Amino acid sequence: MARLLPLGDAAWTVEFGDAIDPALHARVMGFARALDAAALPGVIEAVPTFRSCTVHFDPLADGADTLGVRLLEIAAFAPAAALAGRRWRIPVLFGDEAGPDLADMAAHCGRSERDVAETMTACVFRVYMLGFMPGFPYMGGLPDTLAMPRLATPRKAVPARSLAVTGTLCAVYPFASPGGWRLLGRTPVELFDARLASPALFAPGDEVMWQAVDAAEFARIETEDAAGRLDRAQFLVAAEAPWPR
Amino acid sequence: MAALIEVLEGGLGATVQDAGRPGHRRIGVALSGALDPLWLACANALAGNAAGAAALELRLAGPRLRVARGRLRVALAGNAECKVRRAVSQGLTFHAWQSLTLKEGDELAIGAVRGGIAYLAFAGGIVTTPLLGSRATHLRACMGGVEGRAIAAGDRLPLGDTDPRGPERRQAAFLHESGPIRLLAGPQDDHFTPATLRALVEAEFTVSRDADRMGLRLDGPPLAHDAQHGDEIVSDGVAPGAIQVPPDGRPIVLAADCQTVGGYPKIATVIRADLPRLGHQLPGNRLRFVFVTRDEAVAALRAQQARLGAWIGNIAPHAPAGDIDEAALYSENLISGALYAEEP
Repeated sequence: MARLLPLGDAAWTVEFGDAIDPALHARVMGFARALDAAALPGVIEAVPTFRSCTVHFDPLADGADTLGVRLLEIAAFAPAAALAGRRWRIPVLFGDEAGPDLADMAAHCGRSERDVAETMTACVFRVYMLGFMPGFPYMGGLPDTLAMPRLATPRKAVPARSLAVTGTLCAVYPFASPGGWRLLGRTPVELFDARLASPALFAPGDEVMWQAVDAAEFARIETEDAAGRLDRAQFLVAAEAPWPR
Repeated sequence: MAALIEVLEGGLGATVQDAGRPGHRRIGVALSGALDPLWLACANALAGNAAGAAALELRLAGPRLRVARGRLRVALAGNAECKVRRAVSQGLTFHAWQSLTLKEGDELAIGAVRGGIAYLAFAGGIVTTPLLGSRATHLRACMGGVEGRAIAAGDRLPLGDTDPRGPERRQAAFLHESGPIRLLAGPQDDHFTPATLRALVEAEFTVSRDADRMGLRLDGPPLAHDAQHGDEIVSDGVAPGAIQVPPDGRPIVLAADCQTVGGYPKIATVIRADLPRLGHQLPGNRLRFVFVTRDEAVAALRAQQARLGAWIGNIAPHAPAGDIDEAALYSENLISGALYAEEP
């Protein structure tokens, strides 16, 4: 059963559970889709997270007083999202300056850097939600064997597009920012461009695999993207196709 | 021709803000927009704009501006010392809560901003390039406004095309409500003991030095988490006004530029009607909280909207003493009746 939690007088949080889990997230995404389709008056926007969906609304709109009941009805009947969203295979340059914590993580796990990078490129990560900053994807799917806590002292400036992990989560910092996650590599692809019709590269529900590239390929893609010539669609993997290995 | 403003000095922390950037929180884009949308609406109404037109939100010390091109009408909602230096006649003091028309070459200098924030609106509104449907500046994401930052010397602020004629306009200051800041419990009030919930509304809190457009960290009695639930949650949605309590027990009241999700339990949330006055809080200010019901929260918001509507409806024409532009008056045939000379 979903729970209805008040987030002030202008938002409800519809909570489906308290874990990070693909099945739970499929219920969240199913609810978000059903809510979008219902187009309820007064609803401003819905924000799906790992385990809940927050619905921001205008408390003075007609019907606002019964919105909570409507949300619980939708939560009770909406099917879990059957399919994930889009599937991406995104280039990453691992280690050295691009991933200054890769060596530490390899040492911590008693493995080689190459081995850790290969594990990273063999996992399918699921985008649970975007937050922290525009386009920042919280992705699950890192194996327990690579789990490490955050840095004791966060970095003052994580470079933009750094691939980072903590616990069993993975993310990319779209912009330079302070941050305490461990940096394993960097992608040449911009994760957020407000000038585009769809500014964020990823959406909640998407699946992502990383593809290791060398410094020359990284520089080529980065230059192409900066010049506005990069077609993001080239990184999509068709829904029915097997993941390239 | 649309007027243009040149920034001579940026002041401290003046940003372009409008009604915010809703609709993109799903991709991690903060709501942003004016901390006090009521005063933004007041300044805009005095300048002849719609409530949510982009204006300058002033903090600490205001900027010094020059009219680089055209004529423009300005209005200030707030409490700040302002001076106008006319290009062709003597200077004068520019009063808050009334409009004034500036000509090419005139300079406007805003000094210390008292009471937290103030809004400076320009007829036609600031028309910097909108991003995702809004001109609001979000400093952390370097988004909106002027290159995503506070305004600085050398910036040029384009204004919307408008015809600044007709009498100046004024109103009495729009006052915010007083009394404790009103809260709805939740969404994670069950992560706290009854004693902690009582402490939240019985104690007095002080705004700490960590206070900006993202949120206010408060000093006061530490708010202890319930031992059973602990001090972290799997992240869920947040909103301006949510009071999150990190492990150290020092609450943070989120503000307009807050993130879209967060991992600390939220003990309570400030009601919409009290967010504007929360936006004025400065380090050292003391705050008290009180729980209200949802019905009371909505009634307060409805009453506030009605009060704002009445305030705007009662804006009166006004002639600033000692600054009569006779040519304009004759051209608009106003000198016969509608004017009254009165000390501001």
